[in-house]
Amino acid sequence: MQKQLAITSCPHIRSRKTTQRIMQDVCIALAPAGIAGIVFFGARAAAIIAVSVITCVLTELVYEKMMGQRVTIGDWSAVVTGLLLAYNIPATAPLWIPMVGGVIAILLVKMLFGGIGSNFMNPALTARAVLFVSWGGIMGSYPVTRFMEQTADGLSGATPLAELARVFAGQATLAEGTGLWDLFIGNCPGVLGETCKLAILLGGVWLILRDVADWKIPVSMIGTVFVLYLLTSGFNFGLSLREVLSGGLLLGAFFMATDYATSPQSNLGRVIFGVGCGLIVFVIRAYANYPEGCSFAILFMNVVTPLIDRYTMPKCFGEVKQHG
Amino acid sequence: MFAKRMFPGGIHPHEGRNGKKVNRANPIQELPAPQRLIVPLAQHIGAPAKAVVAKGDRVLMGQMIGEPGGFVSAAVHAPCSGRVADITLCKNFAGAEVPCIIIENDFKDEWVELHPAQRPETLTADEMRTIIRNAGIVGMGGATFPTPVKLTIAKDKTFEKLVINGAECEPYLTADHRLMLEKPGAIIDGIQLLMHAFGVSEALVGVEENKEDAIQALRDAARGVEGISIRPLPVRYPQGGEKQLIYALTRRVVPAGALPIETGCVVLNVGTVFAIHEAVRQGMPLIHRITTVGGLVNNPGNYLVRIGTPVRALLNACGGIQPHVRTMISGGPMMGTAFTDVDIPVTKGCSGILALDKSAIDVDESACIRCGRCLRACPMHLQPAQMDRLIRAERFDEVDKLGVLNCIECGACTYVCPAKRLLTQSFRAGKRIVNIRRKKVRDREAAERAAEEAKKQQAPADGKGKEE
Repeated sequence: MQKQLAITSCPHIRSRKTTQRIMQDVCIALAPAGIAGIVFFGARAAAIIAVSVITCVLTELVYEKMMGQRVTIGDWSAVVTGLLLAYNIPATAPLWIPMVGGVIAILLVKMLFGGIGSNFMNPALTARAVLFVSWGGIMGSYPVTRFMEQTADGLSGATPLAELARVFAGQATLAEGTGLWDLFIGNCPGVLGETCKLAILLGGVWLILRDVADWKIPVSMIGTVFVLYLLTSGFNFGLSLREVLSGGLLLGAFFMATDYATSPQSNLGRVIFGVGCGLIVFVIRAYANYPEGCSFAILFMNVVTPLIDRYTMPKCFGEVKQHG
Repeated sequence: MFAKRMFPGGIHPHEGRNGKKVNRANPIQELPAPQRLIVPLAQHIGAPAKAVVAKGDRVLMGQMIGEPGGFVSAAVHAPCSGRVADITLCKNFAGAEVPCIIIENDFKDEWVELHPAQRPETLTADEMRTIIRNAGIVGMGGATFPTPVKLTIAKDKTFEKLVINGAECEPYLTADHRLMLEKPGAIIDGIQLLMHAFGVSEALVGVEENKEDAIQALRDAARGVEGISIRPLPVRYPQGGEKQLIYALTRRVVPAGALPIETGCVVLNVGTVFAIHEAVRQGMPLIHRITTVGGLVNNPGNYLVRIGTPVRALLNACGGIQPHVRTMISGGPMMGTAFTDVDIPVTKGCSGILALDKSAIDVDESACIRCGRCLRACPMHLQPAQMDRLIRAERFDEVDKLGVLNCIECGACTYVCPAKRLLTQSFRAGKRIVNIRRKKVRDREAAERAAEEAKKQQAPADGKGKEE
């Protein structure tokens, strides 16, 4: 009997939460948005998702095999990156787009910086930014959904964000644009995983309930965008609400701004991060000549994260002033 | 939730089979003393006791067989009557060989003459410390720091509040819970005796609110007694940590690197208070304690065990351990010590004997994903992931700056880590190295000062220009 007993150093019990389980939870949370993408944009969306996930996982596997490192694809984090990358690509894109994106995300952004937890920018978002800058024509054309009035080339004239920008500038009225309900359920042009806000919110709630994501980042980010639009539009509630429900804000706030490796760890740091993201999204959307700023806002704040972390880490208990 | 008395950080650890939920209902049973008892001379923090008996001597139950080996030390007593079979080295839970007095039990339980205090209510602080010292009482929560030392208050400090730890926040353990439930009167009496002796007007008893029956029992026992209040606390590990408990009960913060008395508080475990009650009222030295046996044993329970009883006897009383046990632990699963030899004796600080399965064995570490869970779990507001990274990179000066020496090794960060990193283990190593480095710096500075001093004395005439 005694031979089987092991000596280990305390603590002797561990929580059931593992990296793998956390990443699987993110995949579960991402599922509704993916299904909605397939419903709205057809089988093409499914193909992009599949290619993106497979590319990401294979890239990680091949890199680790080649470098003689321990294979970590079992932690499911490459799957998460693959899903997020696919969700940021328009369904009309050719299949080599997610392939190139997947290699950029995993090889350049994640593995070369040391793998999971060591990257300083969100892999999927960085890849998306590279694709966007390199193949703007493909990445910047948004298809109409299967339930919208079909155009000749299948592409939409104006995204909801472009419509809202004109409203904000006083050149149009809200009534001319996409309806609130269509925005909410995702019947609007956009990249394949960002349109259905209902699905994203469901996933977001799952993340928070499962203690995977911290509510502070999405709430402070979305709240900042909403409040800034309210203040600058003369309390135009309808416009502010539509801004929140348009573009990639919800997908970014719940799934990409909350990426552990690239967001601050302390509570205060997370609020600062969220507010910073929201502020940049607002500035880009409202004043820059670029309709969407979510990716760049998050990427910018990713880079600032070490700085935020440095100044917001808690003080050791007992090094505060003594209470009476 | 915020109105509740809460310390920062903390976790809710889960339990496997035969945890608190089962064991809280098991009344304390007295375990008969075995044939042979092994009484270690070192079962407390500080200098080992010095044996005052020799091989072959007949000893009576409760007789002092080891006297304190210094100020920070504790006496040990014979847990039964019998003959000293040997004084030799035996293994303790930590795996070290320590001198032990082995007593062959004659099963007569003949007591040494006991001297209960004549007028317990009028004891002075000094008399109280002497009684506690003679009874060999140490912190019974597991830390085993000699209680009389804790109760020796420096002249410039005031002892305002007695904080009693009935939190029992470690999973599985129910020894304190049963004690509070079955002996509430004795605990309240012990508190009163201490309050009288030390002139303390307020005592706060912190009990986690999942022990509602114990809270009720203590409240009933304390009814009409002035100055003692029973405070339910949220269930959160490590609620029973001294600094955490003081903060939860008084909102006072123990300064980093300082002792609890800085806040005017002395913290004692309910088991310690019970032992003090027995020492004062009955003149009884510390020769037994309550130990929880839990986890994968056939019949878990709470036992009144003589100090020196081999673990084997306890396990036999519980119907043995189950075949898939992979780790045996003395104490709780968060801060206890793993051992393999069941002939190791139960000591004063042994609050539990647990049998756990393979999930208790270190799992594979993976890379830190920077999720920040450790940061939120740390009751000392440290930065576990960052400290771990620096320790592994051997950047010890930076680790020192981050306050690694304030780590109380509660294990909360390691418990929550999804990458299963051995954080607490890393900090234990890091603390040792930081301490050694600090000592080296101190020694070097002292040597430099001494050298300078010598130089000045040698050449007082031309010393002025060379100050720099």
